[in-house]
Parts: sequence; structure tokens; C-alpha cells
Amino acid sequence: MQTFWPTFVTQHKSGQNPTSAGRAARLLGGVGTATMTRMRTLRRLRLAAASLVATVGVSGFGAAQMDFTGEWPVVLSQDNTDNPHLGEYVGIPLSQEAIRRAEVWDASIQSLPEWQCRPHSGVYIKRGPSNLRVWKEVDPASRQIIAFQTEWLRSTNTPIYMDGRPHPPPYAAHTWGGFSTGTWEGDRLRVETTHLKEDYYRRNGVPQSDRATLTEYLMRRRFDNQDYLTWVIVAYDPVYLTEPLIRSTEYRLNLAQQVPPYPCTIVTEVVRPEGYVPNWLPGKNDQIYSFSDYYGLPRSLYFDGAETLYPEYRQKLERAGRTTARNAPGRE
Amino acid sequence: MRKTDLRVLAVLACLSVGAPSPAVAQSRTAQRGGESVAELHWWPVRKNIWMLVGPGTNIAASVGPDGVMLVNAGNAEASERVIAAIKDLQAQLNAFGFLDVMTAQRGGAETRSRFPVNTHAPPKPVRYIINTSSLPHSIGGNQAIAASGVTYTGGNVAGTIADSSEGAAVLAHENVLNRMVSLDMPFAALPTETFFTSEYKVSTFFNEEGVQIVHVPNAATDGDSFVFFRGSDVIAAGDLFNMDSFPIIDVDAGGSINGVLTGLNAILKLAIPEFRTEGGTLVIPGHGRLGDSADVGYYRDMLTIIRDQVRALIDQGMTLEQVIDKRPAFGYEARFGSATGSWTTEMFIEAVYRSLQESA
Repeated sequence: MQTFWPTFVTQHKSGQNPTSAGRAARLLGGVGTATMTRMRTLRRLRLAAASLVATVGVSGFGAAQMDFTGEWPVVLSQDNTDNPHLGEYVGIPLSQEAIRRAEVWDASIQSLPEWQCRPHSGVYIKRGPSNLRVWKEVDPASRQIIAFQTEWLRSTNTPIYMDGRPHPPPYAAHTWGGFSTGTWEGDRLRVETTHLKEDYYRRNGVPQSDRATLTEYLMRRRFDNQDYLTWVIVAYDPVYLTEPLIRSTEYRLNLAQQVPPYPCTIVTEVVRPEGYVPNWLPGKNDQIYSFSDYYGLPRSLYFDGAETLYPEYRQKLERAGRTTARNAPGRE
Repeated sequence: MRKTDLRVLAVLACLSVGAPSPAVAQSRTAQRGGESVAELHWWPVRKNIWMLVGPGTNIAASVGPDGVMLVNAGNAEASERVIAAIKDLQAQLNAFGFLDVMTAQRGGAETRSRFPVNTHAPPKPVRYIINTSSLPHSIGGNQAIAASGVTYTGGNVAGTIADSSEGAAVLAHENVLNRMVSLDMPFAALPTETFFTSEYKVSTFFNEEGVQIVHVPNAATDGDSFVFFRGSDVIAAGDLFNMDSFPIIDVDAGGSINGVLTGLNAILKLAIPEFRTEGGTLVIPGHGRLGDSADVGYYRDMLTIIRDQVRALIDQGMTLEQVIDKRPAFGYEARFGSATGSWTTEMFIEAVYRSLQESA
């Protein structure tokens, strides 16, 4: 039995790139663990936790607590490396409400003044292609760590509080990074994040609600004579996810990295009537089929939500996809 | 973080923070038209501005050396708890000298340090209530809360109008007054000062800042306003912005979806984020958690998209029932909708439909 975790490691070592083309190939029976059986939500979480423990066990760091400070370029070999197609929602357990919102989403909305300087939120950026910087805030008296400060390019700083402070009440304001607290599990850091603003799981209109919360795991390890930081995110979203969404990102230590400033100026990008908000009417947005048509996948894939997470889904596509692929626009 | 944990943490936060504290003011549950009215909680917004959560609507409060100014009064049945919560907050702030107008000099001419035996004058009462609409959760507490307050006046006014100093002043657009009179509401609950223009400025600084009331025609009702605390850079949005549900729109009282959108866009014009579309101008919603311009932007986007979908269905000749069956708010129902309670998704869609029909 393989879990998602060794699969990621294997992909790093082999150079395989599960990007858009990779995801499409896997869906049609290419890369993957053919013997995996369908795992239910709890089982996926158990396996993920078990594999994390196994990873820590071989990391070579035995002492409790770990230092995550440093300059961490992202390893560009996972799903974070490319711009997604419109309608590319595979691997995200979206609710039907989320699919409706994605359907009426118009990319032009990003040109509104309110959204030109919007950063990626704490949910997306930890899976995005941005470099990471981590530093420590230390209490001047006790010398204990108050927080790990985290900064991604094109995003907002987010402290992970380590001093035992509680999360704010539900009526407090939400932020892009959310409110994070950390606790040690051996030398692995477990992080709970709440108070996130609404944002997106993938930057093609897939919504993430402001009621989403994250459970995260940070692990530092040595592999092939290099330092890696592995950041695992489990997103729970009672509004737009039907199951937890588990993702991970690898960072490789590079002391020469610089995270530059990323200022933003709001301008009038498009002259529009006041109050205009770009959007599609339901059933009118053919752009959402961009992904399925491009790769010759059935258009039904767009609506399948959590089903697209599981290996059996390939068989469904195998049966339906080939026919659809032949009939897809632009294909012979 | 699960909901249970959040509730526990909320209580912990309230108990653990020193003064000024987001205190748990009361812990009783009341009912408002089938909706649960939760515990009352104070939450510090910025400078002298606080948010009281729970009395049927969020009450924005300016609490400082000049006394108390409230934006909305909550439900009538919550009034006594609101009054108690205000006194509780003032007592906590006053204990640490946050409400002092000046520190009395004690000691000799060369004394520069404050004596530890210094005490503080009693806090000033509620002096103003601003109603942002004629909806029950905005005006319900007017009578009781105003009666607990005072209007500072004197000279000719006090001489000719004997009761001019009794109770706090209640400010509102004149359509709020007209609605309340038409409903035969008690005289003591009515606004004492009204305006009919697009804007109204409180005549003098209150708690060290200017306060501006901006009227938004035909929004939740025909008497809506939002309140801009200019020094604190906080906007109390009233029923234009609601982080817990779709906006309550009383079409029979002159409300409309386009009016709500006009109000939200007006707030967005005023609001300036601190950095990266976050923070800066803070916006207290009528219901739900504290927001900023990004939250208002999302809310504006949502309502515009729903409005556009309903309008497209109307253009296809659909009846109200047919439009409801199409569920034009489906993408947002799990976050803002409700199938039960005093304001359901169907009621919201009906309000959008009717107001678009009436404006056509």
C-alpha cells in the first residue's frame, strides 16, 4: 500500500511533474498507484498522519522541537507550478455550491479595484509557487519562541503563535493569512489556523469560504544532503468542501534567497459602469470546459467534486472519457 | 478548529484579556422573531469604537470621555442587558483611567508623578443613539436605552423645552421617524433629531472624532444610513452589510436590492485598506463578524451576481415561483442562506425579485 506521501517523494526523485498535463495523464491511467483502493475520509487522514510520522522517523532529527527559520524556495515539481486551466477542478472535493460559484466566476473580476491588490490567502499560498521566509520572534525575558513569522512572496505575513495564546472569538475580523497557533508533536509542528478570509483553493474561481479552517504540519528533514521543509495542509470547509482537502508543498533551504517587496498600486484597469461586477450566468460559461476539452476528458468531470480524488475515478474516465475525447471540440 | 473549540476559545479570550476587555456581558438567551439572540459580547474595534455582539444586531458603540454613542439599539427585549453591558464596559475602562477627561493634579507645585490613590469620575451616560434603519433590531431598544441616557443642554433650550435633557438623543433619517409613526410606536421611542439630506454630520466631535451619517435611499428600507467614525476609520454599516445572512430587505418599507448595492459601493468608495486589501477602514456589519473592505467587496460581488441572475430570469419572463425554483443564490446558500427563521433564502429572493420588478 502506498500513501500520497511516498508518492510525492518518488515524484521528486524521478522528476515526474504532476502538473496539469500530469494530472490529466494520471486521470486517464498514467502515473499512479493502481492497486490503491478507495480510502474514505478518515482513512485518508490516518494514512496521511502515519506517513508523516514515518517521514519524521527517518529524518535524522531526534530532539523535540525544530528550527524552521530560513529562506525556503519552493520546489517546483508539484501541482503548484503552473497556472490552472479554467474548469480544472480535479482533486478538490468541491461541493455543488462551490461548483456553481466557479461556473459563474469571470476572471475579469480580478481587474476590479477591490481585487487588484488582493494577496493569495493562507490556504492557497501554502500550495502556491511563492518562496517562503521564516523567522522567529523570541520573548526578551523568557527566551521562548513567541511565534514563527512566515512570509511568502505576493502575500501577507502570518505569525504562527507558539506562546499558548487562544484564538480570537468568532466575531473577530478575518485576515488573508488567518490566525495560527502551533504545538509540538515531537519535532513536527502542528498548526491550527482559523479566521481566514474568503479566497480560493485554486486560482481559477474555485471558492474557499471564510469558515474554512486548516490543520497543518511542518516538518524539516535532510534528504540527499539538502534541507527540506515539508508543509502539509488539511483544509476543512463546511461550505465549499465535502471532504477535507489534503495538500503538501516542499521547500528546499537556500540561504541566498531574497523575498523582495511586492508593492501594489490600484488603477482603473477597465472603464466600467459603477458597481459592475463581471460574472457569467449559469449555463452560459463554456470556458469552464477548457480543461476537459483540451485533454480530451469528459465534460462531466467538471461536476464530479470529491469523486475526482479517488483512483477509481480513472476507470470512470476510462469508460466515458475516450468517447468524449473523440467528440470534444477541436479534436478529430 | 471546530466550532466547539472556537466557543471555548472565545470565552477564554474574553476572560484572559485585561482591560479594556471583550467582556462577556451577560449569558442569557432571548428570542427575536424565531432567531436566537446569543450572549452579549464586547469586541474592541479601534480606538474608542466597540462592537456589541448579540442583541439582535451588532451595536457599534463609541465609548470615551464624552460618554456613549450607539449605532442602533438592538431588540427591545435585549435593552436591559445592553444597558448593563454598557455600564460593565465603562466600569472596566474607567478603572484604568481610559475615560478620564483630565487627571486631577495632586501634590505640590513640583509634583510630576501621578499619585496611586487617584480615582476617576463616573462615566458619562449614553448621549446619542443613531438608527440606521426602521427595522426592529435597529430601533427596538430606543425607548429603554434612550431613557437611561441624557442630553446635555441648557440656556434657551432648557428653559423653553422642559424635558430637553431627559434621555439620550436619537438620530435618524426622517423616513425612519415616518415609518415608526405610521406603526404607532411610543413617542419615547421615536427619533428626536432627523435629517432629510444625503448626509448628516454630528455637530461637534464626539470622543475625539467627527461622526458622519450617510443616507442610502431605498436599501433595506427607505430610511437607511451608515455611520462613519472618521477618526477611528470605522464604518457601522447597519443592515447594508450582514456577515451572517443575505441582507434583510423590506420592500414594503421601501427597500430594494439596488439600494443595498448602492450603499455597499458607497462604503467601498470610502474604505481604504491598510495593506493588500486588508485592515485599514474597518466595517461593523449589522450581523456577524467584524469586516473590512475586502469583506464588503465579497458581499457586494455576491449580491451583484445574484441580482444579475434574478434579473436575467425576469427577462426570460419567469414568475417569482419559477425564479425561486432556479435557486439563483445557490452558490452562496450554504454560507449566507437559511431555510428557516425570520429571514430565509426564499424571502431574500422574493425581495430581490419584487424590488427589480418595481424598478423596471
